[in-house]
Amino acid sequence: MVEHKKEYPLGGVIPKGGTAHDYSTGGWRKLRPVLDKSKCTNCLICWVMCPDSAIITEDGKMAGFDLDHCKGCGICAVECPDKVKAIKMEQETD
Amino acid sequence: MAITATRGQTGLTGNSAVAYAMKQINPDVCAAYPITPSTQVVEDFSSYVADGVVTTELVTVESEHSAMSACIGAAAAGARVMTATSSQGLALMWEMLYIASGMRLPIVMANVNRALSAPINIHCDHSDSMGARDSGWVQIYSETVQEAYDNMFMAVRIAEHKSVLLPAMVCFDGFITSHAIENISLLDDQEVRQFIGEYRPAVSLLDTDHPVTMGAMTLPDTYIEFKHQQSEAMKRASAASVEVMKDFGKRFGREYGLFETYRLEDADTAIVILNSAAGTTKVAIDELRKQGRKVGLLRPRFFRPFPWKEMAEALKGKKAVAVLDRADSMNAFGGPVFNEVRSALYDLDNRPKMINRIYGLGGRDYKVKDALAVFEELAKVSETGGIETLVKYITL
Repeated sequence: MVEHKKEYPLGGVIPKGGTAHDYSTGGWRKLRPVLDKSKCTNCLICWVMCPDSAIITEDGKMAGFDLDHCKGCGICAVECPDKVKAIKMEQETD
Repeated sequence: MAITATRGQTGLTGNSAVAYAMKQINPDVCAAYPITPSTQVVEDFSSYVADGVVTTELVTVESEHSAMSACIGAAAAGARVMTATSSQGLALMWEMLYIASGMRLPIVMANVNRALSAPINIHCDHSDSMGARDSGWVQIYSETVQEAYDNMFMAVRIAEHKSVLLPAMVCFDGFITSHAIENISLLDDQEVRQFIGEYRPAVSLLDTDHPVTMGAMTLPDTYIEFKHQQSEAMKRASAASVEVMKDFGKRFGREYGLFETYRLEDADTAIVILNSAAGTTKVAIDELRKQGRKVGLLRPRFFRPFPWKEMAEALKGKKAVAVLDRADSMNAFGGPVFNEVRSALYDLDNRPKMINRIYGLGGRDYKVKDALAVFEELAKVSETGGIETLVKYITL
């Protein structure tokens, strides 16, 4: 990030790539996804469907949520197969 | 305007001369949607593209909104970009004009001044470009075909000037200048290339080694800083324009300023007027001068940035000044040029009395007798010190 306002790049240009990673949007969330590991089959449909790339995987397995970027849309909970339903949306406590 | 260079003399309409300037500039991209009275600019230029005498990518879009959008996209990709329009076309670009300037993209546009609808009208007035006066574009106005042609080259330099980086529009009067043939002096292609140089954008969307994001959202924590930067750039545009005009004068023998004055220095009364009508006013001034009347003219060339300090200096000590607007701000308080010139003179100790006359809307002729009548009114104002009517339509 540019520290001094005088150094802001002309015309609002963001002069490098990948800066969305540094910008936390998790604060917008009203509902938080919660994973039940005992039910999860690691099919990774949630990883495919998440519009914010906020599903964290390790060794090809579902490992949790990037809560700095998850906006709580609930798509993962809906897309989790009916027979599994390992993700539940819970109210954020402010 | 003293034309001292005589090379390449030729008779051209304003539109053909501007299209020829675009040919000589050879921009990377031109996106345009032809509209009367600027049609011939794009028509001529598309012939140059078809003949292969320019390397420009001509994008034939489906509207002026798309034309300006394509210009913005191309400029963001690092291209030198030009377009042309008039009236409703400029109005349809309105949303995108602010994006071009806010993103600091030095696009150059020829705007052939034409009245705005309704009622629909294809003839000259300045309501189109005056409607875009706060859009963050540099605005240069041209009295003659020669000046419109010359302004195109200077506009490129000014827009791309490192201290400016703002889009610029060159305005000239629809039909009166755009369709009338004048004998003008052309530059050599080589001279043009040397004068405008190569365009090296600071950033480019096509530079995949240095990826950037353009047009990103800014919230209350940053938006005002970017607008402040833009405002400062417009302030710097005055000095940058003077520098570019000096270089142009030195190279090609035609000298231009932020505004032109005509027999103004010792004048008691003066008319301030834009574009082609200044020529008519000069004829009236010559007639009155023969009778020993001290009258003069100030013709703003730059309306954005508005050279208010220099103008105040030039009009200091005049007894009465009439600003003639070929557009009405519909504010019940006169035209845009009047309001800004009058405001510029506010801090003078000895302010001239000022009146505003709205003339020539929708292409109504402005004749020498109209200018003479205004000078008669000014004589009365300076004699009595009283103003009967502050704002009034003439040429009705």
